[in-house]
Amino acid sequence: MSVVAQTASPSHADGGHVGGFGAGRRTDQWWVGPALTFGGLMAFILYATWAAFQGDHFWAEPYLSPFYSPVLFMPPPSVELSMDAHGLPKHVWLADSAWPAWWPPFLPPSPAFLILIFPGVFRFTCYYYRKAYYRSFAGAPVACSVEGIPQKNYRGETFLMVFQNLHRYALYFALAFLFILAYDAIHSFFREGQFGIGVGSVILTINVVLLTCFTCGCHAFRHLVGGRLDCFSCDKSASVRHGVWSRVTCLNQRHMLFAWLSLFWVGLADLYVRLVSMGIVRDLNTWNG
Amino acid sequence: MADSRKFRIWRGDKEGGEFKDYEIEVETGMVVLDAIHRIQSEQANDLAVRWNCKAGKCGSCSMEINGRPKLSCMNRLNDYAPDEVITIQPMKTFPVMKDLVTDVSWNFEQNKRIAPFKPKPRDADGQYRMTQKDVERVQEFRKCIECYLCQDVCHVLRDHEKKATFVGPRFMIRLAGLEMHPLDTADRIPAIKNEYGSGMCNITRCCTEVCPEHINITDNGIIPLKERVVDRFYDPLLILWRKITGKPAGK
Repeated sequence: MSVVAQTASPSHADGGHVGGFGAGRRTDQWWVGPALTFGGLMAFILYATWAAFQGDHFWAEPYLSPFYSPVLFMPPPSVELSMDAHGLPKHVWLADSAWPAWWPPFLPPSPAFLILIFPGVFRFTCYYYRKAYYRSFAGAPVACSVEGIPQKNYRGETFLMVFQNLHRYALYFALAFLFILAYDAIHSFFREGQFGIGVGSVILTINVVLLTCFTCGCHAFRHLVGGRLDCFSCDKSASVRHGVWSRVTCLNQRHMLFAWLSLFWVGLADLYVRLVSMGIVRDLNTWNG
Repeated sequence: MADSRKFRIWRGDKEGGEFKDYEIEVETGMVVLDAIHRIQSEQANDLAVRWNCKAGKCGSCSMEINGRPKLSCMNRLNDYAPDEVITIQPMKTFPVMKDLVTDVSWNFEQNKRIAPFKPKPRDADGQYRMTQKDVERVQEFRKCIECYLCQDVCHVLRDHEKKATFVGPRFMIRLAGLEMHPLDTADRIPAIKNEYGSGMCNITRCCTEVCPEHINITDNGIIPLKERVVDRFYDPLLILWRKITGKPAGK
């Protein structure tokens, strides 16, 4: 039997642990996860920002890009819109209202800016995304048992980050958007009043399903529907809420999955509508064209 | 058939120490703790290691294996490549006593700070009654074996050394177990925010990843507590509602 005992490294007074950003003795590829997360989130942020700045090609009858829904005010005349039987633009909520005069001149008059802020705040304050960007963007920590970016006085989610506690208000807006996007998905099956189905209809329907799975699996939603109760059997309403809470818990256990699927799909939905609107992609549908 | 395997083990105490290399023969099915015992038996009789059940239930043999907090009795050697040197260190978050043994008494002090279970009065027949669906949530937290791997991996304690302001994930789930208990009447929410430091946790989930009992510490324990803190201190509509209705904030 081999017997070897020798000194292998200089003295450590701290159990042999090393310090500094990225320091640790993990031998696996711990950096792959944060790198993929960083790449995925950056790709979406860059695409969404670019798409919001375009301010055009968000409509391809009967499809409306989820980045631009709902269109509140009349976009500038340069934007091509479909008109209904009364000569009013479809899908513009306040068709009588011109683009607001208070709009800052450094931003193009794009309806997306009025929309993306709400899902943006919902995702930014989401408990899953917090983990994702704390690790991959802020390095706090960069990975488990790997030292993150040094901070003089770490304060967690107190002080400047205390606004994360208002995630439930972003949830309320996100729930409202689900109804709007569900309306868009239903509307995508009707062109000129005629029922049909196109690739865009399927994409917009899957989009709202994935967003519903993501939003209804939210930790704040889980808390509000029943998690805040201590006793699930004390009265009839508590018992009903336990049933809802149990189902929401099933979605909550897959929150990361739906966070990524819905993020990818909402970007894909915008891209598809954009390409059809620009004439680059021809939508396959039952309306013959 | 026995194969040879290399280990690097940190040897020392609070004054200092160093890594030492060992090579032993190992058999199929051995776990890291078996290897440590063989080294202790054959080459380093003074190697200190804390252990007890060798079944993943006592929580004694916590250490860091190739940089990851783990129970050494639950990690098989064949989880590592045959030619890989296995590096073994004591937990980083707690002071070293000797070799792989750390002083975890800070955890015991945190436990004493938590307001104990305060049950409501018994039913008329002298019994307490709960249904299974009321206690399922808190039963998950009762699986904790107090290995303190979650405390070790928590970057708030490990890297930022905020032991004065955050009790750590183990005690957040103890608090969750008490707060969600259907019979408990104590109100710990102000203390959870102000004394136990729920706001210090930025929910990066490392505690959940290392838990050998697979307790969903973050999703089922810490986040629900954070949401209860929001109910009490940060939700303006709920605060207004309590003022209008005169309903008390506590249980």
